[in-house]
Amino acid sequence: MKQTRTLATMLAISFGIASNAPVQAATTITIATVNNSDMIVMEKLSSQFEKENPDIKLHWVTLEENVLRQRVTTDVATHAGQLDLVTVGVYEVPIWGKLGWLSPFTDIPASYQVDDLLKPIRNALTVDGHLDALPFYGESTFTIYRTDLFKAKNLVMPANPTWTQIADFAAKLNDSSQGVYGICLRGKPGWGENMGTIGDLANSFGGRYFDMNWNAQLESAPWKQAVNFYVKLLKDSGPPGVVSNGYNETLALFASGKCAMWVDATVSASFLGNPTQSKVVGKVGYVAAPYETSAVGSHYLWAWTLAVPKTSRKAEAAKRFALWATSPAYIALVAKTSGWGAVPPGTRTSTYANPDYLKAAPYAPIVLQAMQTADPRHPVDQPVPYVGISYVGIPEWQDIGTNIGQQIAAAVSGQESVDNALKQAQQDTTRAMTQGGYLK
Amino acid sequence: MAFGSEAQVGHGGKTGGHGAAQARLMLSPTVIVLLIWMIVPLVLTLWFSFQRYNLLRPAGGFVGFDNYAYLLEGHDLWRSIWNTVLLVGGVLIATITFGTLSAVLLNQPLIGRGILRLLYIAPFFVMPTVGALIWKNLLLNPVTGLFAWFAHLLRVTPIDWFSNVPLLAIGIIVAWQWIPFATLILLTALQSLDQDQMEAAHMDGAGPIARFRYIMLPHLARPISIVVMIETIFLLSVFAEILVTTSGGPGIATTNLPFLVYKTALLRYDIGGASAGGIIAVVLANIVAFFLVRSVATSMER
Repeated sequence: MKQTRTLATMLAISFGIASNAPVQAATTITIATVNNSDMIVMEKLSSQFEKENPDIKLHWVTLEENVLRQRVTTDVATHAGQLDLVTVGVYEVPIWGKLGWLSPFTDIPASYQVDDLLKPIRNALTVDGHLDALPFYGESTFTIYRTDLFKAKNLVMPANPTWTQIADFAAKLNDSSQGVYGICLRGKPGWGENMGTIGDLANSFGGRYFDMNWNAQLESAPWKQAVNFYVKLLKDSGPPGVVSNGYNETLALFASGKCAMWVDATVSASFLGNPTQSKVVGKVGYVAAPYETSAVGSHYLWAWTLAVPKTSRKAEAAKRFALWATSPAYIALVAKTSGWGAVPPGTRTSTYANPDYLKAAPYAPIVLQAMQTADPRHPVDQPVPYVGISYVGIPEWQDIGTNIGQQIAAAVSGQESVDNALKQAQQDTTRAMTQGGYLK
Repeated sequence: MAFGSEAQVGHGGKTGGHGAAQARLMLSPTVIVLLIWMIVPLVLTLWFSFQRYNLLRPAGGFVGFDNYAYLLEGHDLWRSIWNTVLLVGGVLIATITFGTLSAVLLNQPLIGRGILRLLYIAPFFVMPTVGALIWKNLLLNPVTGLFAWFAHLLRVTPIDWFSNVPLLAIGIIVAWQWIPFATLILLTALQSLDQDQMEAAHMDGAGPIARFRYIMLPHLARPISIVVMIETIFLLSVFAEILVTTSGGPGIATTNLPFLVYKTALLRYDIGGASAGGIIAVVLANIVAFFLVRSVATSMER
């Protein structure tokens, strides 16, 4: 593949990554990771690993999620081989594993307690019987609400709310004169942004992305109901400018006390419970994610994982670090240095059985319940040819999902009618699937 | 770009031909290096644009004009070309208008003129991403932004800029960055304006509007055409402001050509498609450049 080599070189130059190969006894491994708080903690604590393993030096490349994804994908796909350990999501692992781009973890030591990993996560990362990546933290979604506002209006949040109930609460709690909105949801276009919310919503209305022959289903009745519901809910009780709000912006809105409810990632809880970052500490309650006609696929399953590209020439050292950073010992180390509230959640059964963790994170049982009932192989009531909740495990999905997200954002902002937006999304998706060779 | 200088060679009369050949020989190393610098990436891009080359689907090969067909069939290419035209045109009109007015203002003998000029130029030195983020979060945000706060004072509903008028919002941000540039160029031009002429006009009873219309504006024609040319080159490739504010949305309301190419290359990992988009962009930019250079050349000859 000569053209690949050329492109790789060009990309390498354009990204300005110096290949660091100093002549020394220690092996330097380059780790690409995302700038989430849990990863920042990992980077801080990694000096401990370097102490224990003097023959390995770590070089960190920390990037924002979308940039990281582009950087890692181009590096791995063009076989540039500049990264020895990459942070990838559950979306990428099976796809890349099938392409043979990842180096499987085969000799996992007993101290790692591989059976302690949560089943759904472990299944999602297993390709051809081998773990192709190790989970650093996992998440699902749940309903986050302000207990004080509910009390003031004499409302009671059920343990398993429906979307209709949520819309009803949102209308009652919406008080824009006070700058409090009934509900905040992600609206920023992107397959990992608004589609993370809309995909779950559509699933719980009984809508799937594709039928068994890969025909897009975006104009089906459940999708129309779901998107109409989403658009109306945000128009009636959502904050203005919602199409600019991704996960982080919505988190900031909720943490500054501007939202009565929010349905989003379970990792938000540790942030909202931290007094230095949140104004609503002690006023937040958590229940299961809302559903409408079915609870199947009403909450997604996601994990950030560490994987070693096949192109890495230092695979052994990289694997050693990955095993260390995802081990029970690492979780204990974080607990010791920054408290149990800060440990990476959603990867191990033992974390959820630990009384100290349950004390620091009273919402943990709801998270565990959500994670164990999310099955990416069965994302919706109807049969589907794909794996993934709120995403579709095919290479084309990043483009297709982002485009659907863009069309729905246009409907939310009133640039398009819901029907037109879905029609456009259906057309574009069909076009992309035809080009990808799924449709004749 | 054609070698527009050819026409002027040979004005020197009899010895012109000989001198010109020698001059070309002298110039050749530079020209050849520049050509290679330009041609190699262009040829590579052309080559890729005829390949099925998606990073996530290792199998590839020659596909003829498929990549171009795919782009031309889609609705987003035409919309993005139109968005590019709107953005470039709108920002040009805004920067020329406000640039001229600010230049005239800063040309007056004011107290603290030096500091005022410095403040005026400042936005030009703010990085595009930073400028866009400041606008997005501190000014235009419909909940926490400064404009929303003003709207609340006036008891009106704040405008949700990036949802309702996304392209205008991007245009405002870009114009804010480019007005200083226009001001700077036009101000220097104004300072070379012949004051005797202005005073004579004043004596003859021409009012300030008339003086502006009949003396200043004709004097500014040439620098304005320079501003138009330079700004167009930069505005055709506006990208950062779009990436950090709307990501080309809602829908494709703010997707311009460079953003479309970016989406194809880095969301679809479709190198073939992105190269085809790049080639289309190059062709369009050359058409624009052709007309621009000609119009500037005619204004120079006047």
